[in-house]
Amino acid sequence: MRYAMAIEVNKCVGCADCVVACQTENNVPHGYSRDWIVEIARGEYPDLYMHFESQRCNHCDDTPCVRTCPTGASHIIEGGIVKVTHDECIGCGACIEACPYDARYFHPEGYVDKCTFCDHRVADGLDPACVSVCPTTCMHFGDLDDPDSEISKLIRTRENYTLIPEAGTNPQIFYLK
Amino acid sequence: MEEKLLVTAREIHGLYPHVHIWGFPIATYLFLGGLAAGILLFATIYYIKGKEDEMPFTVKIAPLFTFIFIMIGLLLLVYDLHHKLYVWQLFTTFRIESPMSWGAWTLVGVSIFSLLWPLSYIDDIEEYLHERGWKRLDWITKFIRTLEHKCKIFRFIVLFFRKHRKKFAYILLFLSIILGIYTGILLSAFNAHPLWNNSILGPLFLTSGVSTGSAFVMWLSNNKKERTRMSVIDMALIATELFFIIHMIMGMQAGPEAFQQAAHLFLGGEFTVIFWVFFVGFGLVLPFILEAMELKGFHIPPALPAILVLIGGFLFRMIMVYAGQMSEYPL
Repeated sequence: MRYAMAIEVNKCVGCADCVVACQTENNVPHGYSRDWIVEIARGEYPDLYMHFESQRCNHCDDTPCVRTCPTGASHIIEGGIVKVTHDECIGCGACIEACPYDARYFHPEGYVDKCTFCDHRVADGLDPACVSVCPTTCMHFGDLDDPDSEISKLIRTRENYTLIPEAGTNPQIFYLK
Repeated sequence: MEEKLLVTAREIHGLYPHVHIWGFPIATYLFLGGLAAGILLFATIYYIKGKEDEMPFTVKIAPLFTFIFIMIGLLLLVYDLHHKLYVWQLFTTFRIESPMSWGAWTLVGVSIFSLLWPLSYIDDIEEYLHERGWKRLDWITKFIRTLEHKCKIFRFIVLFFRKHRKKFAYILLFLSIILGIYTGILLSAFNAHPLWNNSILGPLFLTSGVSTGSAFVMWLSNNKKERTRMSVIDMALIATELFFIIHMIMGMQAGPEAFQQAAHLFLGGEFTVIFWVFFVGFGLVLPFILEAMELKGFHIPPALPAILVLIGGFLFRMIMVYAGQMSEYPL
């Protein structure tokens, strides 16, 4: 089992439904967010190109956050999902410093909070909240270890990229061109 | 041209425009940890070499200060935690991959030994305080003596330590090297920040910590021979530090783009002046020249180069903590 996400950047309109769905589903405190939208513009006028990226924790294969955590609060559960046990977190900030994607933040209660791939929904066979609400269906979630899953086929057949691969984290969110 | 804009609001404290969650408390702790490591390193080495009477301040008195430094450092560390009540979770596990876990356990050992070490030299500490004219601090030694008379377990522990001091010296030597080097490795373990992510940072922090340790001894020792010896050692350490710094910046300049940008923070970027003028200039080169002049016979108060080295060591950690967080991979 290896959960991953594939996002079609050309279908994304930057509506931020995924951001709101996540905040609602996971009771994210006001002013905070576990996922966010980045607009990328390239070229010179009049030859401009633009696309959106919905970004979040990359649930990396090589996790600098889990490696640097001094208490083991940051850990990996089945399917490669990176999670934080609140009662083990001392709020030292090592994982926040370690993450090249700025995916982690201090929850107002002190512990570190981040995207969980909605593991409570995934356990029930549902998609994460962000994926399930996307109005353009540009986001896909599934198991990379299953060669017949939709996401495996998409990543196999479509040109894609990951964020900051040079940081050596082997991220598991793929952006389809 | 490429432009990236954050579309949805995410002005989470400490994340934008760049990660900034560590500041003054962490930098001060790194400084105090390095300083304590330096002092203990000299104390244990000279003790093991059997030179406790030649280097009385280094071996017998200076470790008293390390306990105070480490306690202040620990308070700052806990103050900086965001989930303070769970701090005990550090000691429910040992995570070999996490330098912070190494540091937490090392600090426990160092704090215990850095308390026992000076307790076993209480006569010499009393003598030093009298010689210095710091009679107001008498209550410390008096308190310890009363404790020794009244509490059997305390007396037993102190006597046991005094008897087996040599064995403990080896343990403390080992712990102080780990303490000195881990503060650098702590930062270099974060590959998200190219400025920190280089292998020379550990040795550089160790050298700088030991240099501040020697400066501290040089400043407060009341033994001329000891001061001269420490000043020679400090000069060698400063030279090594300069070599490491140039090496570090050369390495980053020869690296990928993110590392070149990290080096640019010191080569024209916003930390250029504070790094080269205040840290390298006033914190390394100037004290080196002053120490060299003193060896040549010029009269220079030992406090001057020592304080410059100490301020330099503190500045270096502040610069590395602040600049390191600004150095990121472009997302």
